[in-house]
Amino acid sequence: MTTVHIQIHDKTHHGAEKPTIENFALSLNAGEFVCLVGQSGCGKTTLLNSIAGLDPHYSGEIRVGNSQQNPQIGYVFQQPCLLPWRTVRENIELVFSTQAIVPKLQVDSLLDFMQLNAYQHAYPKQLSEGMRRRVSIIRAFATNPDLLLMDEPFVSLDAPMAREVRELLQQLWHSRPHTVLFVTHDLREAIALADRLVFLTSRPMRVLREVKVPIARNLRHDVRIIEAFRDELIHNYHDLHPLL
Amino acid sequence: MFSKALPTLSIVAFLSLWQGLALFLHSSLLPLPETVAWVLWQQCQSGELPYHLGVTLLRLVVSFTISMLLGCTIGIALGRNEKLNAFFDHWLVIFLNVPALVTIILCYVWFGLSESAAILAVVLNKVPNVIVTLREGTRALDKDLLNMARCYGFSRTKMLRHVILPQLHPFLMSATRSGLALIWKIILMVELLGRSNGMGYQLHLFFQWFDIASILAYTMAFVGVIQLLEFVLLKPLDNLAKRWR
Repeated sequence: MTTVHIQIHDKTHHGAEKPTIENFALSLNAGEFVCLVGQSGCGKTTLLNSIAGLDPHYSGEIRVGNSQQNPQIGYVFQQPCLLPWRTVRENIELVFSTQAIVPKLQVDSLLDFMQLNAYQHAYPKQLSEGMRRRVSIIRAFATNPDLLLMDEPFVSLDAPMAREVRELLQQLWHSRPHTVLFVTHDLREAIALADRLVFLTSRPMRVLREVKVPIARNLRHDVRIIEAFRDELIHNYHDLHPLL
Repeated sequence: MFSKALPTLSIVAFLSLWQGLALFLHSSLLPLPETVAWVLWQQCQSGELPYHLGVTLLRLVVSFTISMLLGCTIGIALGRNEKLNAFFDHWLVIFLNVPALVTIILCYVWFGLSESAAILAVVLNKVPNVIVTLREGTRALDKDLLNMARCYGFSRTKMLRHVILPQLHPFLMSATRSGLALIWKIILMVELLGRSNGMGYQLHLFFQWFDIASILAYTMAFVGVIQLLEFVLLKPLDNLAKRWR
């Protein structure tokens, strides 16, 4: 794994209206977990879609180290986006270009890790919402992407279920480190997950401030430590107040 | 148990009503059910009915296949491309509203009383319906699923097979069912006006002879074949595609 450089440019002319993203650049270290924190509507989803090449209004350049090849991107959307007519296993295996290159053992191990082995032949409709989110996480990890995008994957889950899926994600990322760009508007969630927090302004989106999270990973289950760091951020950085 | 017997009961009730009316009227304009059944049997034995039914079914299969392939392709293209849709939308409305009889007459006048003109007339009548159904289906495609497939680099074939066609399935089934129902009616008209074989041609002869029993016998045979197609082919296919629901 090597450093991932992201650059996004606005392709369309918006007239007097300011574009959501004008020029955006960010570098992520190999295996780094970066959380983008911004207010609702500031364009976080637009940014991730632009990085994934899904937004025609923006052009992006994603460079992995010095490689000239297109990077492999994994994307965990806000909704699980599973094909309802395919089983859990088929949904995961479909992201590989051909059936011949599906790493069966890796898929097995991911299913096992996310406690979904017993449900691999079930259809998405037969799963709980939390299980569906776990399948979409497995799908994103399965191809060993150069960059893993996550767009508030725990949104609309109730608190216990969100915590359970978040903990599973933490364990999975710990055992299989990937470079992750995670979008959230929940600062506590960002502190619990990230190596680095990137705070964003809106219209046009730009990086307001970057803060490293100094809390050891094994201490992040402690709510008091998370809250203490959050208070410290609020106390030290007045420009973050509108976001917090 | 009772609800399962309802379809059979309704058929028995219909036949009883028919029998009662025919006995009451005692007219050649409404023959008894058994008379119609007897004519049906005789026509089958003579080979007349299987031949004409076969010819009509062949025309149905050819024109249906062409209509569905053409209609699905154009419908999906129009549903995916707003500019293309804006260009063709008015034409689509016009073709939807041109009476079937006009298309048939024009095809025969322009291309002669040939088999290809007959097939073309049927296709021109059916294609706009398929296009509209598939266009609406394509517009209703789940954009999140399409984005997911694009993000994971699905090829065009893979996208069509795994993402688009399963979503279009209800629209395809609707176009198929309404297509079968519409096409065979148009084919009868095409045969009546310009062919020398097929169900439509035969019905035309029976009409001239006021042979109501034969008209009913041929109609029952054809409706039976379409019902058979529904139960042997369409229903199992539908159930297979919907097994995940």
